[in-house]
Amino acid sequence: MKTAPIRVITTFSAGLAILAGAAAADPDADLVINDEIQIITRAEAPAHLEGALPEIRSGWTFRTRETQALQMDDFENPGFSAAEMAIEAWETAEGSAGKSCADCHGTVEEGMKGVRAVYPKWVESAGEVRTIEMQINDCRTNRMGAEEWKYIGADMVNMTALIASVSRGLPVNVAIDGPAREMWEKGKEIYYTRFGQLDLSCANCHEENYDNYIRADHLSMGMSNGFPTYRLKNTRLNALHDRFKGCIRDTRGVPFDVGSPEFVALELYVASRGNGLSVEGPSVRN
Amino acid sequence: MAQDVKPRVRVPKTASAGESVVIKTLISHRMESGQRKDSDGNLIPRSIINRFTVEFNGQNVIDVDLAPAISTNPYFEFEAIVPEAGDMKFTWYDDDGSVYEDVQSIAVA
Repeated sequence: MKTAPIRVITTFSAGLAILAGAAAADPDADLVINDEIQIITRAEAPAHLEGALPEIRSGWTFRTRETQALQMDDFENPGFSAAEMAIEAWETAEGSAGKSCADCHGTVEEGMKGVRAVYPKWVESAGEVRTIEMQINDCRTNRMGAEEWKYIGADMVNMTALIASVSRGLPVNVAIDGPAREMWEKGKEIYYTRFGQLDLSCANCHEENYDNYIRADHLSMGMSNGFPTYRLKNTRLNALHDRFKGCIRDTRGVPFDVGSPEFVALELYVASRGNGLSVEGPSVRN
Repeated sequence: MAQDVKPRVRVPKTASAGESVVIKTLISHRMESGQRKDSDGNLIPRSIINRFTVEFNGQNVIDVDLAPAISTNPYFEFEAIVPEAGDMKFTWYDDDGSVYEDVQSIAVA
């Protein structure tokens, strides 16, 4: 159901689209990173969406050609130099146990390939749905005896970018059945709940108005496969929960805390909407 | 040594003799201009990469003087003619005296 404010946005979009025409996105372009990693940027919508979207599209397909090009070569992708910063942290022993990530997991490629595609997931030993960030902090505190990283701090987002980078090209495939179902249902409820003074839900923009303009912003389907994302607007890597926070703030609502059960549930639900798209992180967006 | 300095270089692994190749370099560096002040009003001392050179088999290819207005993470892209197989050596000079180096071999096909 569309509300009055949304209709206003839709009307404006026609005029704005002409202005943006010069560098408009090429929605049919293919994304191949470094001439070798094939990325699926358009896929069939997962069954649980029940026709809410005709197909699913990566945020990459909504960006301008210039922004798209930045992601096609790791050398040009500014998010990659941040991800490479984490290689040192991966190999550095920290904490009372004197262990590094590499001591248990081997190289990032060996230990982490495929991880980004299936998280968040139910972790039986912990009895909860966990994000990669939660697993990293669990490793740091319980296995390494080191201090936790801040959930969206630079150390953490660089590390999640590094972990994501070795899964690029693999399709997102988070499990929504079994014990994860409860969190998924909760995330779905949040996705369709209107927040803030502007009374907007995630779906109002990213399901009902994707490809329209909200003032100068070209709305995507809000897929999470590209996170962490290097954003040109703030010239750094952005964690998914940071982005959630920004979205709720933009509705003039009070965001949930990063790492909160609400955002973990939302992350699981949003990831499941993108089941079938390739992992792209660290991606480049505006 | 300045923090988090990391040189990156993209050089084709092979070229044909006399071919012009594209070389891309980027060094992560804060490039503190020396004009900014911290929250207490004290000047933050200048700390930049002030010179960048490239040599091919000992012969100078480019030699660049960098000024304080150049932004964070300086990026250079240039073309060079590869006359023979050899090593391309990249050197960045930091204000604090540190020197960062990278060497890439190019084979002639």
